[in-house]
Amino acid sequence: MESFRSLTVTQRDQILVEQQVFDIFKTFYNLPPSSQSFMLELQRENHVEYLTKGLTGLGPSFCVLDANRPWICYWILHSIALLDEFVDPELENNTIDFLSRCQGPNGGYAGGPGQMPHLATTYAAVNSLVTLGGDKALSSINREKLYMFLRQMKDASGGFRMHDGGEIDVRACYTAISVASLLNILDDELVQNVGNYILSCQTYEGGISGEPGSEAHGGYTFCGLATMILINEVDRLDLSSLTDWVVFRQGVEGGFQGRTNKLVDGCYSFWQGGIFALLKRLNSTKEVKPIPLGDGEGSGEESPQTTTSSDAAGEEGLNGDLSLGGSHSEIGDQHNTSSQDNVIDIDHNHSKGHANVEPLFNSLALQQYILLCSQELNGGLRDKPGKSRDHYHTCYCLSGLSVCQRSWLEDEDSPPLPRAVLGPYSNLLEPIHPLYNVVLDRYREAYEFFTKS
Amino acid sequence: MDSREDDGGEPLSRMAEWRDVTPLPQDDGPNPVVPIAYKEEFRETMDYFRAIYKADERSPRALRLTRRAIHLNPGNYTVWHFRRLVLEALNADLDEELDFLQRIANSNSKNYQLWHHRRWVVERLGANARAKELNLIKKILSIDAKNYHAWSHRQWVLQALGGWEDELDYCQQLLEEDIFNNSAWNQRYFVVTRSPYLGGLKAMRASEVRYTVEAILANPNNECPWRYLQGLYKDDIKALVNDPEISSVCLKVINTKNNYVFALKMLLDLLCHGFQPCHEFRDSVVALRTSDTDPLGPDLSMAICDILEHVDSLRASYWIWRKNKLSVAAV
Repeated sequence: MESFRSLTVTQRDQILVEQQVFDIFKTFYNLPPSSQSFMLELQRENHVEYLTKGLTGLGPSFCVLDANRPWICYWILHSIALLDEFVDPELENNTIDFLSRCQGPNGGYAGGPGQMPHLATTYAAVNSLVTLGGDKALSSINREKLYMFLRQMKDASGGFRMHDGGEIDVRACYTAISVASLLNILDDELVQNVGNYILSCQTYEGGISGEPGSEAHGGYTFCGLATMILINEVDRLDLSSLTDWVVFRQGVEGGFQGRTNKLVDGCYSFWQGGIFALLKRLNSTKEVKPIPLGDGEGSGEESPQTTTSSDAAGEEGLNGDLSLGGSHSEIGDQHNTSSQDNVIDIDHNHSKGHANVEPLFNSLALQQYILLCSQELNGGLRDKPGKSRDHYHTCYCLSGLSVCQRSWLEDEDSPPLPRAVLGPYSNLLEPIHPLYNVVLDRYREAYEFFTKS
Repeated sequence: MDSREDDGGEPLSRMAEWRDVTPLPQDDGPNPVVPIAYKEEFRETMDYFRAIYKADERSPRALRLTRRAIHLNPGNYTVWHFRRLVLEALNADLDEELDFLQRIANSNSKNYQLWHHRRWVVERLGANARAKELNLIKKILSIDAKNYHAWSHRQWVLQALGGWEDELDYCQQLLEEDIFNNSAWNQRYFVVTRSPYLGGLKAMRASEVRYTVEAILANPNNECPWRYLQGLYKDDIKALVNDPEISSVCLKVINTKNNYVFALKMLLDLLCHGFQPCHEFRDSVVALRTSDTDPLGPDLSMAICDILEHVDSLRASYWIWRKNKLSVAAV
């Protein structure tokens, strides 16, 4: 055995985390079954209590998140929705009112009242309002102005800037395209060359980086892949190498790391786990017929209908929204030939026509990591043992858990088998739409709302 | 955090220079959600900032105020943005600005705004700022060798201002310290593919393959060099398949019967792209068979998937999926 001192920093850090995690697993396996099932139980009430408390008041240490308040709203509201709980109507009204104060006079949402609009907080605010649902929340979004804001953030390179004079990266592309798609204001101008930018960020490892040249990273890989699906250019990515990269991000702890040889972190349960939900879904993109978007500006009241009635009525929203990208098929087609095989590869499981498909990652191992290592029994979830809970990790650990529980299903509408849900079946969370990370039925409501209006 | 370096932390309301400004409270509404219990100094600073921002006052005191606000919350992009407007208006000394940024980075080096601002400053300073910049990043990477922002900034500096000459040596040094540092491998790839001095990937390939193969043989369970090796043949998969060094490193690792998952995976990828194995490969793979693997079939790729399904059981479903892809491809 090598002595600890002779190991590199990466090896030492990894060993320390493994020891902590394996201690927890060892304790768990030595417990009687009744205690085991308690350990695996999602502490719903405590989580909801922790979350609701954050919505009503945050301590002075949150000063450093003063430019991220719509994010805090989203992390909390989405977590509560995943747990199938509701915030009381007064709090809901207060949230709508508060987010309206973050909405800029020229569109988009800022990190707090009086700040500049920012793409990431715009994404967070829109997802928060979609999660609340209802006409009041959804109609509080000024789509015409938001569209203008997105256009202003569009860079000549095809990418987007986070804010006026801000940085260009894959996050900015995703948040812009996600919001535009969700609000039904996505058009050719917004899409133009985004695919080239994302493509330039796929690295030799297979994952996607924040900027061209940087290291492949889970958060950016999710953002890049989701963007490419939303604009219907996913075939241009090397999906085989992306898949191969992401399956190796799951470690012996059961959880995911964000980059090669980095430490496990509960938030990647979603950023990496969600990638598998997207890959699984690619099948349905191919079956959607492209519907011409027309020449309209695509903003506001004049938003063209972007889906066939049969999509909206029959297949439910999932296919419908993907057809948004249909108008850009001419962009995608230019490149289809080179990488089409990849998509066929990904489709393989589906071609058997089984209702249940084997997920490409280890769903039960990830659930075990989330429940035993990321969960604080008093409420809230965390990065890893030894770290403190926070709203961000609570949101992304729960989102990842929801993805896991339905990872065998081809269709989110049917309930998963009991063996797909680790711990008591009452751990089952609401399904999400993986492209936007909002709860599926809230997405559908928003989809209906913004298709009609 | 040191917000007191200019004004001793005295409340702004008691300072003569701010007497003419009426603080502007945050418009949080009667019943805000996610309300933060601001510290008094934070609340007051931001109230004055809002007043100055609204009045668009680009003055020396506005510059000092943004410094105070940034110390209290380095994540406030609006403050940073306004600070750039003020710096421009005052034609301020940007070397001083770099020193200020360095102090912020010492306490919080993982923040988008800080690094974006740094880019803005360095862009204006031009090539003169290069050496200082590359050294500062080195310092930050010596504390956290995988700091994502620091690496992105470093790549930007190299592309915007140059300084490529020593970069391969720097990667080499970091990899000697920690061969598992994937950020250093990624930087190596960046240098090898983009440095104007090295002649590009093709020119560098042979020596890079040699280096990588050595790294693999020293630590066959290190994923970084395996990925890097495939990267060296990006868009030239035929050359990867035909390079005897690649298949031979796979064979060497497999023959040790230890830490061979990545070696088997590479061999599988080679086979999928048309590699024609000799008997030696099959014998080595067969020798890995354990009692719980099914009898291996005649197809080497399938046999590899079967073995990986068992020895890399965390990814069992991936290996089954890969195996299924093989049979589809064969039809």
